[in-house]
Amino acid sequence: MQEGAVLEMRGICKYFPGVRALQDVDFTLREGEIHALMGENGAGKSTLIKVLTGVYPKDGGEVRIRGVEGAAVIRSPQDAQNAGISTVYQEITLCPNLSVAENMYIGRTKGAVTNWRQMNQGAGRILSSLGIPASPTQQLGTCSIAVQQMVAIARAVDMECKVLILDEPTSSLDEQEVVKLFGLMRDLKAKGVGIIFVTHFLEQVYEVCDRITVLRDGQLVGEYVIEDLPRVQLVSKMLGKELDDMADIKGESGGAAISQDGAPVLEATELCSNAGIKPFDFSIRKGEVNGFTGLLGSGRSECVRAIFGADHVTGGAVKMDGREVRIKKPLDAMKQGIGYLPEDRKGDGIVGDLSVRENIILAYQVMKGFFRPISRAQAEAFADNYIELLEIKTASADTPIKSLSGGNQQKCILARWLLTDPKYLILDEPTRGIDIGTKIEIQKLVLKLAEKGKSITFISSEIDEMLRTCSRLIVMRDRKAVGELTGEDLTQSKIMATIAGGDEQ
Amino acid sequence: MPKGIALDKQGRLKDRVAMTDTNLLLTITVVVFFILYLSAVFFLGGSFAKPQNFLNILNNNASLIVLSCGMSIVMITGGIDISVGAVTSLVCMVCAVNLEQQGGNMLTVILIGLGIGLAFGVVQGFLVAHLGIQPFIISLAGMFFAKGMTTIVSKEPIRVTNEGFLAVKDTRVIVPGLGSPNKLGVYIPAYVEVGVVIALLVVVLLFCMLRWTKLGRAFYAVGGNNQSANMLGINVRRTKFLAHVLCSLLAGLGGILYFLHVGSGDVANGAGDEMNAIASSIIGGTLLTGGVGNVVGTFFGVLSLNTIKRIVSSLGFDEAWWSNITVAGMLCLFLVIQSIVLLRKNTSKQ
Amino acid sequence: MTTPVKNPETQVKRPDESLFKRLTRQQLFIPVAALILLVLFNLIADPSFFAISVKENSLGNPVLSGNIISVLDNASELVILAIGMTLVTASSGGQDISVGATMAIAGSVILRMVCGNEVSANTMHMPLILAVLIGILVSMVFGAFNGTLVAYFKIQPMVATLIMFTAGRSIAAWINNNQLPIMNDITFKYAGTFLPGIPIPTPVFITALVILIFWLVLKFTTLGLYTQSVGINANSSRLNGLDPKLIKLLTYVILGVCVAIAGFIRVSRSGSINYSRIAENIEMDAILAVALGGNALSGGKFNIYGSILGAYVIQFLTTTLYKYDVPSTALPAYKAVVVILLVVLSAPVVREKLASMKKAPAKAAKEVS
Repeated sequence: MQEGAVLEMRGICKYFPGVRALQDVDFTLREGEIHALMGENGAGKSTLIKVLTGVYPKDGGEVRIRGVEGAAVIRSPQDAQNAGISTVYQEITLCPNLSVAENMYIGRTKGAVTNWRQMNQGAGRILSSLGIPASPTQQLGTCSIAVQQMVAIARAVDMECKVLILDEPTSSLDEQEVVKLFGLMRDLKAKGVGIIFVTHFLEQVYEVCDRITVLRDGQLVGEYVIEDLPRVQLVSKMLGKELDDMADIKGESGGAAISQDGAPVLEATELCSNAGIKPFDFSIRKGEVNGFTGLLGSGRSECVRAIFGADHVTGGAVKMDGREVRIKKPLDAMKQGIGYLPEDRKGDGIVGDLSVRENIILAYQVMKGFFRPISRAQAEAFADNYIELLEIKTASADTPIKSLSGGNQQKCILARWLLTDPKYLILDEPTRGIDIGTKIEIQKLVLKLAEKGKSITFISSEIDEMLRTCSRLIVMRDRKAVGELTGEDLTQSKIMATIAGGDEQ
Repeated sequence: MPKGIALDKQGRLKDRVAMTDTNLLLTITVVVFFILYLSAVFFLGGSFAKPQNFLNILNNNASLIVLSCGMSIVMITGGIDISVGAVTSLVCMVCAVNLEQQGGNMLTVILIGLGIGLAFGVVQGFLVAHLGIQPFIISLAGMFFAKGMTTIVSKEPIRVTNEGFLAVKDTRVIVPGLGSPNKLGVYIPAYVEVGVVIALLVVVLLFCMLRWTKLGRAFYAVGGNNQSANMLGINVRRTKFLAHVLCSLLAGLGGILYFLHVGSGDVANGAGDEMNAIASSIIGGTLLTGGVGNVVGTFFGVLSLNTIKRIVSSLGFDEAWWSNITVAGMLCLFLVIQSIVLLRKNTSKQ
Repeated sequence: MTTPVKNPETQVKRPDESLFKRLTRQQLFIPVAALILLVLFNLIADPSFFAISVKENSLGNPVLSGNIISVLDNASELVILAIGMTLVTASSGGQDISVGATMAIAGSVILRMVCGNEVSANTMHMPLILAVLIGILVSMVFGAFNGTLVAYFKIQPMVATLIMFTAGRSIAAWINNNQLPIMNDITFKYAGTFLPGIPIPTPVFITALVILIFWLVLKFTTLGLYTQSVGINANSSRLNGLDPKLIKLLTYVILGVCVAIAGFIRVSRSGSINYSRIAENIEMDAILAVALGGNALSGGKFNIYGSILGAYVIQFLTTTLYKYDVPSTALPAYKAVVVILLVVLSAPVVREKLASMKKAPAKAAKEVS
């Protein structure tokens, strides 16, 4: 092994049916460093980590760990823990039915008998030292997601580990918690622990990391010392292209300014649902693109879900084209000409085992009704038309949609709604987790649809995407609409300030 | 989330933490049982008031208690095993044949019972844990296999006359202080059968195992979320495998206890006991979705179920079919309650 | 550390799929292969198995008889159940294990209707068609009960239907006060035996009719698409305007109709009922038929014709076993072995293992070098 290295991975390969998730990837982690693993969604970061921790078996290559003779054999997360690798995964991997303390100790204690008193005391100490507002005896499921994530981190750092892996741990944490976490990481670094840090936030990378390894399309792009790699270069390495395409779309964005005098297509007053949002007002004009912005969990998805009737609407009134309508369930909204592309593509969007064709016609078929099935020939015509129009890359219209890449799945869902010819289309995070090329295509499509007179609500976590497409932004904070920005107010800084609520203090 | 939790000097929390699901459901079960039994004593009086009547519930259900505990363990890991009733029947039949036709003794009976249980457990556990087949399908097949095998072993009921066996079967363990005088004024001591002692021992042992051992906690973790449990370093496959082995082993033991109680091998033995066991577990607060449950609750579940059955029959509905309808009704009621509680909880969390 | 060994062949190319492999991936491969195997076995063991002769039945009508006819005849209830079971499996990812018990209820209701309160009736007290409709209605109510528990209370299908599995036969007995009514009117038995002058058993026609109806329903409604969509992703289906709960409920009600028809055929065969034995263990066969037809028991995509074929294969197996003097009470043990073999073979883990076994020698050679 190299001097000072605690972990070396060489020539790692991993295949999924039809996909090369990792191809010949090398990775080296040195003692006492924080090493960022960067890449777009689908670049193979999570796969690499799951291979390292034994969640997935690898198809090639070898892993060496300091203190282990020869190639390390890691077949299960248990092996990884024994080899001194502790991990915090992106999704919460704790058991909601167990207590906080038990979640911190289970699977890593020696001896066959659980000493509850000792465990609760130990957990209490760690929790209070990290300032986590949870009780050791509390059932984990009753804690908030952020606290659960902190508990997972507490568990990982409490282990005597040589390698600590943090796979996007910060996405559900607030700023103070992130600061706390970074403090912790620096302490561990000083103790000689090697830390692999996966995140999407560039600021965070440049704040704590020493080195960066970039992956793209399952292949290694390179390993860099942080000082040698300015942000712009990092981004272009991740994307594999220069930023021309992005600039391209920006030029057109002025076009999103629409006639302000058009009558509203949809007007909602005092709308609220059982998902815990405060009543809000909303309206959109013909040909307008607007958006909801705010932090994750601020209630932006819940707002559009209320408009579409996806959550149980508990109050408020909705007018379509000036007429009062009742939207109790998604079908009501669809009949009013509303389409909704949900945030969670896998869970709420695609119907995985059905073919691309069936996925595309689904919403239209439902609107036509139970006794009027679309004929096979017609369905094929629809599907072929949209596959060509949106350049969906699929082997055939009969391919199960789950075998397509994320971006192409998203296009199919877009096609599904376009087929219903909606007056008003809600796109909740249509660009999340898809490659940059498709992202830009989708943004362009949004603008084109608006030009054709469709009204669109566009939601994205990336503010610059919103700036490029939307002419009006509704800002959400703590499940409440706190501001509306248009025209010259549409700048990154102004949006940030409104989200943070600085203007009210 | 209670805000501002602070630790006092002993490192204990000042705030009282909400009950865990397991304890909440356990409390409900115990309360339900006492309400049921006390109202039976109060309104129906008579036989219910006698301690021996209560002990007879135990005598008649020692086998079911053991089966239900095994069922609870599998259910805690998120699985199910509907072969237990048929395994009971098979064990009774094979033991009867062994004692009557092959000159067996108590030792061979025990070995046969546990051996059959172990064999079912190993096969079913392997298929569920290592091949990832739905436990319901496997144990359904197991149930039919055991049923078929029972009739292959013998179609005719076999009554056991082996003296050594009958001596054990008729042993009565006197419970001091609970006896009562009969009509002639002679004091009749209250008693339980040997099986009850074994069953209670099993409950206590399993309670300790589930509460304190690594394996016991692993059962809960796997049932809570098996992917997470895997990531936390628990060997999920082995845990599931052991849960099924333990369940079938207990089904074997339950078969021995059933055999000790009835003293015969019969195709009809243990019929419907898988249902009774599932119903008892569910009434006892074991969630079908896994991760929540307790053998003490299950014990009270068995008692509640049989108290209800007795109440129904003492109300005059004593035809055989009422018993089945009662069990189904109770199961339905508790399933719906669980489902409503869980749905509430999930929606309130959003 | 040594220099990393780069294997030039890390780009594992998937070998071209052989004809065999492509064939085995076909959904209907398993039932067809099983059928061929059974046919071959019987051909070799005793070709007279396939003999069909014309005999006179008890009424003096000439009717066809033989093992093949008996397979087609006796599989009727199973085929009809398998159709409904396929839909339920697809929409809810679980199976209804109460079908046998509900068949007892439907049969009991129909007998009660035609017999009035008589234990042994010689004439029907009610037009047969009306009695059957009432039976179907009752069965639909029980289907709706199961469906409600599954769809609205989100209870696992097999556990929810365990309730009726336990109580069903008792309810059936209760409907007739635990008497065993006997219907002696010959027209009542037409549906389960032969129509006068027609040599082919009536259940075969009823089954064909039911299959035809389902073919039409699947062609002229969107039931198939909706059921699959709900079974694969209920959330997503809801956001596309479907009501997943209602569709799940609907499939259970449809199964209720199938159960009633099957129950009617069964009581019509003998004109009587035995509550604890009628359609005993048929739930197992129905589930087996669905699985044998290549449908995932976890729901989603389905092929109804696979299940139908599966049902006939199972009946073929049963008839073959009977021919070799396997007692009917021991039959479950044999079938259980078949079920276990089947689910083991279709388990993803085993399939992967089998697939990699072919590649294994090549891999081993590579590792040695």
